Amino acid sequence: MSGKFVVGYDGSAASRRALDFAIDRAAAQGGSIVIAHVLEWSPYSFLTPNELEERHARRNEELARAKSSLMDPVVEEYSGKGAEIESTIKYGKIVDVLCDVATESNATQMFVGRDGESSLSSRVFGSVASSLAQCSPVPCTIVP
Amino acid sequence: MFHKIACATGVAAATSLLSAPAFAQSLDEKVNQVFASSTGWFVSLIFSPFPGTSFPWIVAWLVVAATIFTLYFGFIQFRAFRHSISLVKGDYSDPNDAGEVSHFQALATALSGTVGLGNIAGVAVAVGIGGPGATFWMILAGLMGMASKFTECTLGVKYRNEYEDGTVSGGPMYYLTKGFAERGAPGGRILAIMFSVFCILGALGGGNMFQANQAHAQITNVVGDYPGWITGVIFAGVVFAVIVGGLKSIAKVTEKVVPIMGVLYVVTALIIILMNYDKIGWAFGQIFDGAFTGLGVAGGMVGALIQGFKRAAFSNEAGVGSAAIAHSAVRTKEPITEGFVSLLEPFIDTVVICTMTALVIIITGQLISDAETGMYMLNEAGSAIATVDGNSGVALTSAAFSSAFGWFKYILAIAVILFAFSTMISWSYYGLKAWTYLFGEGKTTELVFKIIFCIFVIIGAAASLGPVIDFSDAAIFAMAVVNIIGLYVLMPIVKRELNSYMSRLQSGEIKKFH
Repeated sequence: MSGKFVVGYDGSAASRRALDFAIDRAAAQGGSIVIAHVLEWSPYSFLTPNELEERHARRNEELARAKSSLMDPVVEEYSGKGAEIESTIKYGKIVDVLCDVATESNATQMFVGRDGESSLSSRVFGSVASSLAQCSPVPCTIVP
Repeated sequence: MFHKIACATGVAAATSLLSAPAFAQSLDEKVNQVFASSTGWFVSLIFSPFPGTSFPWIVAWLVVAATIFTLYFGFIQFRAFRHSISLVKGDYSDPNDAGEVSHFQALATALSGTVGLGNIAGVAVAVGIGGPGATFWMILAGLMGMASKFTECTLGVKYRNEYEDGTVSGGPMYYLTKGFAERGAPGGRILAIMFSVFCILGALGGGNMFQANQAHAQITNVVGDYPGWITGVIFAGVVFAVIVGGLKSIAKVTEKVVPIMGVLYVVTALIIILMNYDKIGWAFGQIFDGAFTGLGVAGGMVGALIQGFKRAAFSNEAGVGSAAIAHSAVRTKEPITEGFVSLLEPFIDTVVICTMTALVIIITGQLISDAETGMYMLNEAGSAIATVDGNSGVALTSAAFSSAFGWFKYILAIAVILFAFSTMISWSYYGLKAWTYLFGEGKTTELVFKIIFCIFVIIGAAASLGPVIDFSDAAIFAMAVVNIIGLYVLMPIVKRELNSYMSRLQSGEIKKFH
């Protein structure tokens, strides 16, 4: 069965491991990969009047930077590895956005990495990986 | 006891800071004198009463406008209230626009410009002069003002300038020019220029000097008296670091702490009101009786009404046009949605926060009344109601809150400083927008305005309350004169937008995303 796999990617070593892991499986199954990068953003944060004015311009800059320095290189690097690759960059809360991407792209699985460190804050607030394990709409593989 | 020690050390510190206190005091007086004599004519022009009455024409101007907008848009502030809240919650925001300015952010930024000393000091001035009855008129003006805000913010978004680099500039200067041209009405450009001039004065007055002045009053209230120019120089330095030096960290901290302070203020007020729950009925009785009889305040019922309307307008700035500048950066395909969101601003600012301040002052018994007649007693000058410790302005609010919680004056001092600071930052931006509209954009012209702005911080802190508060009011109300003329001419455009949006909302063409 071929399917579409969503991989959460932020350029870290952990997210690369998740991508490597996913791409092997996708290639074996004849599936495809959606690499998703999320820019953390809350519509309820507070901005100064100046930041309001420049927000649209900053957003365009942030998207362009994420595309050119993060997503384009990774798509190019992984394109020859036997699976079709698309990429997407979105704003929002990482967990929510990854779940939305999985639903919207009719993905069959999701892959994320984890750095293996259990810091105090992740014990208290939970990590992206553990939150996804709780609420992902599709089977979610957490790659150590 | 602790308080006495703190005061004594504060005074000692302040005195030792100055090698020549006499010189400093006389500098304060000089600044005050020059200031009062050079701005007096402007103040009297704006606040001149209708012939044969004591009713200033400007107050009528604002209230009549708010009433006309309320009727013209069919009580939009009540009809659209729920829809406004769902817009702020983001129910109608396209997820693909995430990362752009949300309705919530535009509202929060505009609120941090308006929620400030008007809510703390301004209300105390209103209740101190106009009695509890002023509260009634203040709430009424707040409710009506929601329609003015709705009109101006819709226009602000509709006629904003969007530049190639993605930045936006909006506000009355732009809708006056572009909107008038679209309607074929003459004089748009002249009105826009006049608005910009008044906006610069308003930014220097209410958005700056009044804030510095009351922040200083609150600090001296805690640490003891010392010359105002010292506070002024410190404030000016910090403002300079932010607006000229681009020190974003200070602004960022303020933007985060101010909402927390706002919530803390309202919660404390609620606790004090609940602690005196047996007096709530009496307090509202005072508010209603005072509204129609004056209960012995200077000027009677009209005195209460003028004070209530004046301070409401000064606090929520509805009809003034300043909010249209802040709201215009939102990302929306429908300008009218920002109008809906902005109408919550006078509600939060005036109907909720100002009313809390007024209730706390009334309930804690700061205003002295004659036990036999129930009428309020006037102070020696006969200009305001006598208060327990002879306080007025921010000191009166502070005394009211401290009577319940002794420590609250320290919290209030911090809140006042932060509110003053965030209002100054907002108004420096409004003033700058008006300045660049007049003189063109460019690093040097912008720097000139920013330096002038900082100098006025010092003047504001050094001048005494009377002349500063008068000039602040006058400059801000002058903006409303021009802006409201524009709103009358352009309101059919808003109506068209409203009708089109409402029909699409009902037909389901505009749908919720969440």
